[in-house]
Amino acid sequence: MPEAIEKVSIKLTVNGKSHSLAIEPRMLLVELLREAFDLTGTHVGCDTTYCGACTVLMNGAAVKSCTVFAVQADGAEIMTVEGLEKDGQLHPIQKAFGDAYGLQCGYCTPGLMLSTAQLLSQNKRPSEKEIRKAIAGNTCRCTGYQNILKAIQLAAQNMKGA
Amino acid sequence: MYPRAFHYHRAGSLQEAAAMLAELGDEAKLLAGGQSLIPLMKLRFANPSHLVDLNFVPGTAYVKEENGTLRFGSLTRHAEIEASPATAKIPIIHDCAAGIADVQVRNRGTIGGSLAEADPSGDWATVLMTLQTEVRCQNNKSDRRVQLADFIKDAYTTALAHDELVSEVAVKIPPAGSGGAYLAFKRSAPVYPTASAAVQLTMDGETCKEIAIGLGCVGLTAIKAKDAEAALRGQRITEKTMAAAVEAARAAAEPQSDMRGSADYKRALVSSLVKRAIAIAVRRARGEQVEVSHIYA
Repeated sequence: MPEAIEKVSIKLTVNGKSHSLAIEPRMLLVELLREAFDLTGTHVGCDTTYCGACTVLMNGAAVKSCTVFAVQADGAEIMTVEGLEKDGQLHPIQKAFGDAYGLQCGYCTPGLMLSTAQLLSQNKRPSEKEIRKAIAGNTCRCTGYQNILKAIQLAAQNMKGA
Repeated sequence: MYPRAFHYHRAGSLQEAAAMLAELGDEAKLLAGGQSLIPLMKLRFANPSHLVDLNFVPGTAYVKEENGTLRFGSLTRHAEIEASPATAKIPIIHDCAAGIADVQVRNRGTIGGSLAEADPSGDWATVLMTLQTEVRCQNNKSDRRVQLADFIKDAYTTALAHDELVSEVAVKIPPAGSGGAYLAFKRSAPVYPTASAAVQLTMDGETCKEIAIGLGCVGLTAIKAKDAEAALRGQRITEKTMAAAVEAARAAAEPQSDMRGSADYKRALVSSLVKRAIAIAVRRARGEQVEVSHIYA
């Protein structure tokens, strides 16, 4: 076991805001977001790379933030669920999850919304099959997924031409 | 969950990473996509004192077609391979890349990392063993090319020396009249498959001229089902020769009973997956477009 671990200085952008700080190498991205920046919308579910509750966007790509070391996010742009709304207005994805009842307890919802954000950034009109594939890494134990599918379809509709 | 504390080293080049490995010794491990290593470290099954991070090395993520060969940089993410138009030349590679775990894991995990980890349940070795695949291994002084069959030694064990790393994976594009398919059966997207089958063949009219069959997750390493290949090589693919191949594949599997299913169940699964993969490979060899994905609820 090594002693006197040196901290590593990193710079990153989270929801458009720049940060510079020194962290322990073993700190996970999800802990950095929740503990250092108080962005507790990113949830820890399984903590074993399964459930996707900790999903955030890293340079536009959905990642499980429990399985990325924070030092690896050096220079990256991170977006969490808190970064979706703008000027107090819900993002169309957030609005669609509400309107279509795409959530019950809400624990998986931030992760699902960010997986949706990656999907809709690459594919404006996803088929049901494509949606299912895009959210296969996000586990929901309440809804049975039907309303989540409807919410994502609604978000895709509402974002067309946006 | 916190991994045990470790020293972090960021490599600027693959050569520098290899030099760091040589200097730091056995206590050092490479960090590529981290989708296997980080969970193992969190569970404290892996406790390296030093991590050498490859993610900031430029020029290591690419898919290039050169002289009838597809070359993959070792840090190429599964998602980049899934999206690469070059893999249309070898559809079985697309089957594999597009089905590994889920979007989030495919965005991080790398082909080089997956091979170097040599997890018995990994997808890449099973698929790449059915093709002519060379793994380029380098230390800080020289490099060498190792055939995939010689690269994977055992569960979590490869031909890499402690100061070596994978720099590139090169796959020869199969000749005209070839087709392949990879089918993995999983209980859900993020988990490792219960069993998988890769079939790559070349047809000459109705005759199967050449065939390679790989079985995944049913042994300590991916298994080359040689008797099953022999049952079809040089033969017409009929119900009878197919049945012989499927039976030989079932016999070649060495599954263990675990939470994913009993050994008997996995053997039955292997039979079914091999049969379906052969049928799809034949259709693709004829030029048909067949969409394939990993099978899960």
